[in-house]
Amino acid sequence: MLRILQFLYSLRSFLLFVLLEVLAIGLIVSNNSPQGAAFYNSSNALTGSVLKTRSDVMDFFSLAEANEALLSENAGLLEHLKERGYIPDSIALALDSALEVQYNFKGARIISNSLRFAQNHLTLNKGSKDGVKPGMGIFNEQGVIGRVKSVSENFSVGISLLNTGMTLSSKIKTNNSFGTTNWDGLDSKHAKLLYVPSHVIANVGDTIVTTGFSNVFPEGIEIGIISSVEKGENPNFLDIVISLSTDFSSAHYVYLVENTQANELDSLYKTSQIENEF
Amino acid sequence: MNFKNLIAYVFLVICLCLVQILLLKNLALFGVAFCFIYLLAILSFPISMRSFPVILISFGLGLLIDVFYDTLGLHAAAATLMAFLRTYWLKAISPNGGYDDANIPTLPEMGIGWYVSYSLPLVFAFSLMFFVADQWGTGGLFGVLNKSLFSSIFTVIMAIIVQLLFFKRRRGI
Repeated sequence: MLRILQFLYSLRSFLLFVLLEVLAIGLIVSNNSPQGAAFYNSSNALTGSVLKTRSDVMDFFSLAEANEALLSENAGLLEHLKERGYIPDSIALALDSALEVQYNFKGARIISNSLRFAQNHLTLNKGSKDGVKPGMGIFNEQGVIGRVKSVSENFSVGISLLNTGMTLSSKIKTNNSFGTTNWDGLDSKHAKLLYVPSHVIANVGDTIVTTGFSNVFPEGIEIGIISSVEKGENPNFLDIVISLSTDFSSAHYVYLVENTQANELDSLYKTSQIENEF
Repeated sequence: MNFKNLIAYVFLVICLCLVQILLLKNLALFGVAFCFIYLLAILSFPISMRSFPVILISFGLGLLIDVFYDTLGLHAAAATLMAFLRTYWLKAISPNGGYDDANIPTLPEMGIGWYVSYSLPLVFAFSLMFFVADQWGTGGLFGVLNKSLFSSIFTVIMAIIVQLLFFKRRRGI
């Protein structure tokens, strides 16, 4: 017995190594899946505040660009407003529940972002205190950025579109044929559009937008532009590469969108036993 | 290790971690060369230090970096592997007369030739573990090897520069 203990004692550093390695791999497996609940990540108070201070300093240097982007965004919105503007002193009536507001929008700022790994995440400076909930969509004036994964009181962590585990229901704008956008982990400027049947006519230069089928994004938010179309290995589907419209390296200010009817849709899907994976 | 050295080590660790978290998070030269400068802290533990505490501290350091990188477990797994290999690699490349008791494996103490042959394989092992775990099932082997090789070269060069600038000979670190 004593000799066994002595033997184990002489191996103690190896045993510790194996133990810690198993622990670390367990952490990787349990925390890096897109749906997994994340506790010890950058949304907790201490790390969140450190990252926020860092981003406060860094963002100061890009204020001019942020201003410019906001200006152009405002200009676009003003144009929209003019198109549908009410005549002063007229009475607006609510006509139908179909016109009820389905999407709520909020603003936030990215305080930490990565784009060099295969599983990229981003941290936002708004949390449950500001009404952010897991499952909200994240986008900016250029296009889709990601989806909120977990929320703490003051911060929230999102899965970037640049995450091999993230899938996004999307369609070709000109002919409405839909597919799934998924990043292949290689290059932060390109992604793949999967499951587009081979009879669909897709041209280089076509715009890809969100479908609104998922409960995350409203219809028509830009994702990117087709940069190449080829016959894939699977003869049933096309092999389409998208060049993403969002510049992830310079995204600072983002919008969050919430589908107010998501719960109702979810329970409907559940009762009819359909799995909506987006 | 006396008390003054201990303070110097703690200061070094804090500085390296801060630089890693605040400055180097999104730095990648040509998209392939990452810099893991906090490994310098693990590399410069004294040679006489037992491997048990080294492994434990490395795991903690890796976990700390992970929390800020949102890659829980990746750095921890790789740093633990590196700390484990360090003990055996130090034995394998020991000079003819063995090490002095007070020796620290740093550049000003040991010279550039020995230092590169000490640090480069260890950092390469770290990078290999890191990128294999990061790209599990998605990237090809070539991409992993490419990133590991250039990251380890870049990290060792940065480590050498830091030591040339800040480490003094025979005075703690």
